[in-house]
Amino acid sequence: MNLRRIGTSLLAPAIGLFISLAATAVILIVIGASVSTVFSSMWNYGTSPRAMSLMLNLATTYFLSALAVSIGFKMNLFNIGVNGQYVLGALAGAVVASNLTLPTIASLTITLLVAMVVGAAWAGIAAWLKVARGVSEVISTIMLNFIAIGIISYIIVRTSVGTETSLNVRGTKLIPESGMLRGVALLDPGTPIYGFFFISIVIGIAYWFLLNRTRFGFDLRATGKSATAARTSGVQSNRMIIVTMLLSGAVAGLVGLPYLLGETGTYSLQFPTDWGFTGIAIALLGRNNPLGIALGAILWAFLDISSGQLILEGVPREISTIMQGLIVIVVVISYEIVRRNQVKSEQTSVAKALTKQEAKV
Amino acid sequence: MTYLKSRRFIGAAFTAITILSITRTITGNGDLTSTVTIAQALVFASPIALAGLAGIWAERAGVINIGLEGMMILGTFGAGWAGWQWGVWAGVLAGVAFGAIGGLLLAVAAVTFGVDQIIAGTAINLLALGLTKFLAILLFTDAPGGGQAQSPPIKGDIPTFTLESIVEPLTALHEKGIFFVSDLAGLVAGLFYHLSLLTIITFLLFVMTSYLLWKTAFGLRLRSAGENPWAADSLGVKVVQYKYAAVVFSGMLAGLGGAYLSIASTIYRNGNTAGRGFIGLATMIFGDWRPGGTAAGAIMFGYIDTLRLIDTGNQNVKGLILLGAIILFAIGGIMLRKAKRNSAIGFLVLGSVMIGAYFSATSFPPEVAQVAPYITTLLVLATASQNLRPPAADGVPYRKGDHH
Repeated sequence: MNLRRIGTSLLAPAIGLFISLAATAVILIVIGASVSTVFSSMWNYGTSPRAMSLMLNLATTYFLSALAVSIGFKMNLFNIGVNGQYVLGALAGAVVASNLTLPTIASLTITLLVAMVVGAAWAGIAAWLKVARGVSEVISTIMLNFIAIGIISYIIVRTSVGTETSLNVRGTKLIPESGMLRGVALLDPGTPIYGFFFISIVIGIAYWFLLNRTRFGFDLRATGKSATAARTSGVQSNRMIIVTMLLSGAVAGLVGLPYLLGETGTYSLQFPTDWGFTGIAIALLGRNNPLGIALGAILWAFLDISSGQLILEGVPREISTIMQGLIVIVVVISYEIVRRNQVKSEQTSVAKALTKQEAKV
Repeated sequence: MTYLKSRRFIGAAFTAITILSITRTITGNGDLTSTVTIAQALVFASPIALAGLAGIWAERAGVINIGLEGMMILGTFGAGWAGWQWGVWAGVLAGVAFGAIGGLLLAVAAVTFGVDQIIAGTAINLLALGLTKFLAILLFTDAPGGGQAQSPPIKGDIPTFTLESIVEPLTALHEKGIFFVSDLAGLVAGLFYHLSLLTIITFLLFVMTSYLLWKTAFGLRLRSAGENPWAADSLGVKVVQYKYAAVVFSGMLAGLGGAYLSIASTIYRNGNTAGRGFIGLATMIFGDWRPGGTAAGAIMFGYIDTLRLIDTGNQNVKGLILLGAIILFAIGGIMLRKAKRNSAIGFLVLGSVMIGAYFSATSFPPEVAQVAPYITTLLVLATASQNLRPPAADGVPYRKGDHH
């Protein structure tokens, strides 16, 4: 990668960030709030040790979700089903972990594997439907999300898996402390950073290695760039679709675990169910690159957390959701503009070189 | 409607009523075809149908509209906000206008800038969700009757019509429980019982769409932008303009669907759409990108939702299970006649499983009905997706002179 390419790949997000900040400022002015107070309140609270710890924890979840989405993206597969895959994975993990009394390492390994297998299996339905029946994964995963929510509500409300964990909230039995992965208090003594933060770094490196240093990764990227070319050179595209979806689902199965094992210890009906969509947005921001995704996840989490005290300034914290939406749409558009300009400048430079050659002849 | 088409329609309607009637007779559950059920099903079906129709407009012009959910959310908000201050019709207009803004945003991103359409739609969903929650807190928190997550009540009502002269005798006939006749009576009476003007408008929009898109030069050009924009361009069709018109109109329809939801619940409420934009998208695919099939899909969702929610004796879901089983057997039979053995066996096995479930359990949890429409959609896609034909250039970014 040369300097120019790094420059252009940073240019688009920088433009996006700038424009969405400007647009947010306009919105704030319109509602009569002080722009500088709001931004400085977000910055001051957002950079406090406690907020930074919360931010890294939330970013861990977002990172895993975006990674799951981007595995599919690399092959032009649109896994909108991360939501369904992770809620089922987290529920299965919670049920298994709460019934284990093993040393932490053994218990965690089993919980992780169960969550990954369940996530992969749920994604596998969409993969099978695509390969065997030609059903677009976009629509099948959306349907599977709804079905997953129904299944979970059934299991927790109507079977003995669910108990009343706190007042009027039904959830799975509490996981014993030996099965939890709480984390270490690095920045703020009261707010440990999830152990999963470190696990997800390892997963990020594994993702990079798999995609850029293995035969499978090469096939996957090749199929994503041109399915026909890949097929001609001997890649079995159906097998690739299934393996990719299963991998994506397996990572998706982990998305709920940082929160489950670091915080709640139970899967209740209040467990968040829309981190999958956040993952899509962050995968877009990070251009499916693990480092980019990590930065995107941190930015996203920063906006979520730092807006926590805005209501003191009389501004709804949802201003951060607006900023996130604006960032995504503007960044995506500027990526496209930058790409077009690149193609154009390459074409002109080739044309120039050709005319020079012709002139010589 | 041509002779053949109308014969097929009558045949399908006849089969549907027969199956419903058999189910009603076996279960003895009059709710399945009662006037109130059908009337309520129309109310639940209409917003979904509008979202599906919105999907048809965008995708027929070659633009995938995952942003339907966001445009619907904008519509619910517009209706709540304007409806609270200036009355229900202002709410309808504002819902449509807000949806149009969402559509315009998608058109700018996807048509002008050629951004991946699914990505652009996802971004719009995010933006709409954040914006409406934000504005709700700002505008409704201190309003009398409002709250952080909901608007004050919408002023006024949309007129509804009840044709007493039809509804009363037919409802009486329904209660007699005669095979076929009573069920037909309940179905017909339901169409004229508390029929909202907005439902009529929805119906007219479907008729208008069928006509405009398939019977006029305008529609041919619009669809050509979704099938082969490069060829259309070479024939002088202004592809970009058509795409813009289609996507903005798509946003307006989705916004109207959202307004319908708010008006039906008399307020704007955060999360009122509950994924109906996505469901609309599913009905569109279910209906092969055509108005008739899309409407049928929406009615299925509305019907199942109604039975789940008015389930007083805990028997409606059970009825639905039997209904599903009979439908599966019927399709299995058709497959056998068409000599598609594997599919036929699949349907018959599934049908038998459901029959077994029906006779072994006394009642079913509502979650079964909650997921039933989604499973049905998956089943339809799994069996029919080879026959479904989306517009050829659906989702392909178009740039003038950039053929590939």
